[in-house]
Amino acid sequence: MMLGLYVMVAHRNLLKKLVGMTIFQTAIILFFLLTAVKRHATLPIVHEGLPPAAAMNPLPHALMLTAIVVMVATTGVALAILIRLYERYQSIEEDDIAARVDAEVAAGVGR
Amino acid sequence: MRAHLAVLPPLLALAGALLVALSTPLRGRGARPLAVGTAAAAAVAALAGIADVLARGPQRYALGGWPPPWGIEAVLDPLSAFTMTVVAVVATVALAAGPGVATVYGRSSSTFYALALVAVAGFLGIVASGDLFNVFVFLEIAAIASYALVASGGGPGLLAGFRYLVLGTVGASFYLLGVGLLYVLTGSLNMADLAARLPALSDSPLFAAGVAFVVVGLAIKMGLFPLHGWLPDAYTHAPPPVASLLAAVATKAAAYALARTVLYVLRPDELPVGTVLAWVGAASILAGGVLAVRQTDARRLLAYSSVSQMGYIALGLGLANAPALAGAYLHVLNHAMMKAALFLGVGALAMQGRGPALSALRFGRRASVVGITMVVAALSMVGVPPAGGFFSKWYLLQGAVDATQPGLVAVILIGSVLALAYCYRLTEAVWFPPADEAPAPQTPRAVRLGLVTLAAGIVLVGLVSGVLVERLLLPAAAPALR
Repeated sequence: MMLGLYVMVAHRNLLKKLVGMTIFQTAIILFFLLTAVKRHATLPIVHEGLPPAAAMNPLPHALMLTAIVVMVATTGVALAILIRLYERYQSIEEDDIAARVDAEVAAGVGR
Repeated sequence: MRAHLAVLPPLLALAGALLVALSTPLRGRGARPLAVGTAAAAAVAALAGIADVLARGPQRYALGGWPPPWGIEAVLDPLSAFTMTVVAVVATVALAAGPGVATVYGRSSSTFYALALVAVAGFLGIVASGDLFNVFVFLEIAAIASYALVASGGGPGLLAGFRYLVLGTVGASFYLLGVGLLYVLTGSLNMADLAARLPALSDSPLFAAGVAFVVVGLAIKMGLFPLHGWLPDAYTHAPPPVASLLAAVATKAAAYALARTVLYVLRPDELPVGTVLAWVGAASILAGGVLAVRQTDARRLLAYSSVSQMGYIALGLGLANAPALAGAYLHVLNHAMMKAALFLGVGALAMQGRGPALSALRFGRRASVVGITMVVAALSMVGVPPAGGFFSKWYLLQGAVDATQPGLVAVILIGSVLALAYCYRLTEAVWFPPADEAPAPQTPRAVRLGLVTLAAGIVLVGLVSGVLVERLLLPAAAPALR
């Protein structure tokens, strides 16, 4: 998780920032899954003779399924914006783009 | 119908988004009436929710018939009914009046309306939900639609949208991590269930860490100083109709989530969360105000003013006594209306071909209705009675006095002086006679209508604020008081 945050802060390349963000999100998902683990437990499928104590907690898995969908959607939007940025500025380096955006704003584009 | 009022507003907005998206082959025809209609229906449902809460008291709604704490729960109480109404009503006006949709999106305006309705559904969902994980899901639904909306204007908006996405995702992830820690501690995600279980467990370090992650995550979403980095660029470079929608309601939903989780569920009495929140709010008021005064771009001025005004709400939530909470909740309503009005006005004037720089907004008397309504909104921002902004700041002041916090009292007053300074710069720019023979601005009738509605709303809320606080906001604050 900290690795992901570090990558996001340290890199000026927007694609690498996105990779860092994905690592960060994945770490949180793994953390949630960790909370489901029990020793000597089996799959949480309801059948005769399976006491609740012998089954893994299925709730975190269900929650993380939703979180993964959220993550995929975020990454999709991020990549779409990144493609548009590259089309317009021919770069995915934040400093390059920021300099050209400032120039554009000064020149009055995008009013 | 009456039994479903708790979930009706977000569902209506979501269904509207689907309908608008399906209308894409019509090349934008019918998208606006459809979007405004469903948003208005959601607003009516939210208003009916208030009436229902006043008549029958708070209600819990088990989604899909699964009883809580196992199923997901929606809650309709004074606070959620009030916030849902604010979000739905202001969003309806912003959608109906949003200037320049045709200019920015042309024939794909259904894209804008569909995304906007998804965002509104997300904001309403955050408010309706009674489940911590469900709040995260709605937070992200609203946020993903917002990122796309901010970037949808192209150009500078793309970079602003990307930065918003990265920071917003970090905020939501922090929140999720905090919720995870609380889940490990209690084994529950239902708000009411958590509130019952936590007091016995509140000395655990897991609890402190969970609260910290939740608060920091939501503070990012709220745009509080020093976590406001995404906000100025996003609101400056977003297309005008997007700015007037998001600036009005996006941060309010996050503020509601913060109030709900911290004050009603977690209630971290032993941790200095309230003090930190109050002083972070104070820092926001001052930093946002000072930065707003220095801006030359009207949109950026308004964006920094949002940082400052969200600081007032955080300050009220931090103080957490009855008048301060009533003031904070009232300010949610007031700020949503005045910021929507100001962004609508600036957006409409900036579309006249001369841009959003303060020096380019000089229309003098020719600004007519737009100019007058902007002055009303600006007066509310400064806190001049009978505009609504005066009363929310009055209650906040009373809260700070009750808590014997002279520092915070001073900050509230200095914040008003700063608001006077930046609002004066804005209104002076608009009312300054143009140097050349500029043509009168051609503002669409919808924009003028929306502005007049908002200005009337600002004054009306000012006039009825006593009743509003007495009947709705003090009962809303009551469960949070210790």
